[in-house]
Amino acid sequence: MALLQISEPGMSAAPHQHRLAVGIDLGTTNSLVATVRSGSAVCLPDQHGRTLLPSVVHYSTARVVVGHEAQAKQNQDPANTVVSVKRFMGRGLADVADAATPYRFVDEPGMLKLVTAGGVKSPVQVSADILRALKARAEESLGGELAGAVITVPAYFDDAQRQATKDAAQLAGLNVLRLLNEPTAAAIAYGLDNAAEGTYVIYDLGGGTFDVSILELTRGVFEVRATSGDSQLGGDDFDHRVYCWLLEQAGLSQLNEHDVRLLLTRAREAKEALTEHDLTRITAKLSNEVVIDLELSSATFQAITAHLVQKTINPVRRALRDARLTVADIKGVVLVGGATRMPHVHRAVGELFGQPPLTNLDPDKVVALGAAMQADVLAGNKGDDDWLLLDVIPLSLGLETMGGLVEKIIPRNSTIPTARAQDFTTFKDGQTALAVHVLQGERELVTDCRSLARFELRGIPPMVAGAARIRVSFQVDADGLLSVSAREQSTGIAASIAVKPSYGLGDDEIARMLQDSLRHAGDDMEARKLAEARVEAEALIDASQAALASDGDLLDAAERGAIDDQIERLLAAMAGHDADVLRELTEALNHATQEFAARRMDRAVKRGLAGQKIEEL
Amino acid sequence: MSFDFSRSHFDLFAQPELFQIDRAALDARYRELQAQYHPDRYASAADIEKRLALQIATRINEAYQTLKSPLARGRYLLQLSGVETQEETNTAMPMDFLMGQMEWREAIAEAKASQNVEALERLNVELRGETDALEAELGALLDRAQYEDAAIAVRKLRFMEKLDAEIGNAIEAALF
Repeated sequence: MALLQISEPGMSAAPHQHRLAVGIDLGTTNSLVATVRSGSAVCLPDQHGRTLLPSVVHYSTARVVVGHEAQAKQNQDPANTVVSVKRFMGRGLADVADAATPYRFVDEPGMLKLVTAGGVKSPVQVSADILRALKARAEESLGGELAGAVITVPAYFDDAQRQATKDAAQLAGLNVLRLLNEPTAAAIAYGLDNAAEGTYVIYDLGGGTFDVSILELTRGVFEVRATSGDSQLGGDDFDHRVYCWLLEQAGLSQLNEHDVRLLLTRAREAKEALTEHDLTRITAKLSNEVVIDLELSSATFQAITAHLVQKTINPVRRALRDARLTVADIKGVVLVGGATRMPHVHRAVGELFGQPPLTNLDPDKVVALGAAMQADVLAGNKGDDDWLLLDVIPLSLGLETMGGLVEKIIPRNSTIPTARAQDFTTFKDGQTALAVHVLQGERELVTDCRSLARFELRGIPPMVAGAARIRVSFQVDADGLLSVSAREQSTGIAASIAVKPSYGLGDDEIARMLQDSLRHAGDDMEARKLAEARVEAEALIDASQAALASDGDLLDAAERGAIDDQIERLLAAMAGHDADVLRELTEALNHATQEFAARRMDRAVKRGLAGQKIEEL
Repeated sequence: MSFDFSRSHFDLFAQPELFQIDRAALDARYRELQAQYHPDRYASAADIEKRLALQIATRINEAYQTLKSPLARGRYLLQLSGVETQEETNTAMPMDFLMGQMEWREAIAEAKASQNVEALERLNVELRGETDALEAELGALLDRAQYEDAAIAVRKLRFMEKLDAEIGNAIEAALF
């Protein structure tokens, strides 16, 4: 296969040749893939004609199942069926202290992981499995290899969440043309469809995230004036309120994971039913034979979720303030995301803006369609009549200063790409190192902001205090991703690093990478390559160790020793800085475990035949 | 793709090197420049071109932000004339100005303590008025090439900017 591949995808196609490009809406609840076909954007359906792919992945020892098939397993095997994984992207255990998830988490620096029957999975890997399914669907439907994809992210995603999303896409083998903010994607689809001009608000309440963006639309230019939101607020929270109401009404507590999942599913169904009806009946039979049979009225539902609707209003006000606009300046409000179907959400938005919101586009599809249109432009398929998109960074970036305070370097709502530099100096004679702590957020205290990276600049030539002039530069690219570089001005010693705190890279590793690049004055491309190699190596080590723990008895001592050796060698290489060595050793470990993997597959099949649950063994 | 990074912001935006600025022309030129150099135009290009587009678009944004804001524009004009504004080092301000600042801070602190959003909004409008006047003064000083006095005006405006941020934070804290 390697020999057949003569060119990099998307890189060397002849001019005017149509390149296959897609837009992917990687949603909390559902995901979609869309493309532009003979001039208009369409969502690509699966073999059964369904466009929505439930963002659900089921892991067993034997295989990975994505979408409807996985969703069908969520009630019988909740712990191994990952739903709403988007909420865990770039998040640690402390961030997702949600009692109603049936998962076993492993806390890792930067990002948590999930323990499944298929091994320990990071949210990036789970997302990559969803993206792989969409990629396969697109390639089958379009009949060729994709040149590139635009992946949408909530506008309010921070750097860690964006980086995790991009990593997932790369892990799925996608060439990421751009990370595009979801409300901006919606604005493209809406604006182009309706030839809209003026100031518009996009109110996007999805399954797990809330965004609001204010855009100025003028002849072919989409300019984001301000964005705000809440990356932990969405339709899921409404389900959760109904779930809590059910527990309360039925006098339940201490449910097992099956019952938790069952009731959350019933809660979601009730919420959806109340979009059309004033009353709905909720029935469920719990594992202890207890039967729940309750009626939920639309008035009760609205009362128990009113505070959630209110929580979306404050970000809207903040965005208006930041854009220095009032509701009178807004020409139209576009609703995006399945959760905006709830009548009380609809009403609250209408009341706030004094006009009925615009809903002439399918709120589930509009983001994917906009992403497809942008992908078509970025792939170079459009002519001169394409448009310009100017987006912003949602949260301020800053550095820790004395006393645990944050000094903002790049304020929120700055148009990207953007860069800003800050000069530092030494405060002791002969000081050769300087600590730099990068943060994201609006609060004054370090402890209230998200820590993106903490590293030490070493190798500063010894000088008297205050003589060294170290310029730390922040660069935010068009994906909204941050990289930081530092240069000692008098000697020209430079270091740069892509801030990659999400996983795989601890603070120590970042420091080491930085020192290394200081010494070698290597560029960030090397660091990036290394980081990627590390991620792959780590994923394989995790998977191998999990497999050895569960099925180590399938190997004799010599075989086991050979695999352990390879893991050891790869672990040793992880401490080093040679991406090529890492890749070679990763490949070697992959090779060494092939036979083992085959035997595990056999065992799984046999167990399946014996009528036992694989997950329980 | 070629771009001269040594051009001044004014030159890049085809504007005369003056404090007065044609905002409509500035906006139009900004869109024209980004339409040409934005990284989205090079999303399928070679890495080296992507990197260059990133740097150019970053510069265009920086130039636009600098020229759009009266304070940043004034500071930049002084810098082009070789005058340091010494905003971090020179804290010696005229007595009456410092008195005025103290009054501002008291008023903000009072409104903040009582979470009075309306009072904060009023202060915001009032501050805007004073800032506008100072900006006009800065423009006049720059036009007359009175750079030392213009530098003082820049430092004053920096104080006003901090007050504005403080009011903004107080309103946010009270509202959200």
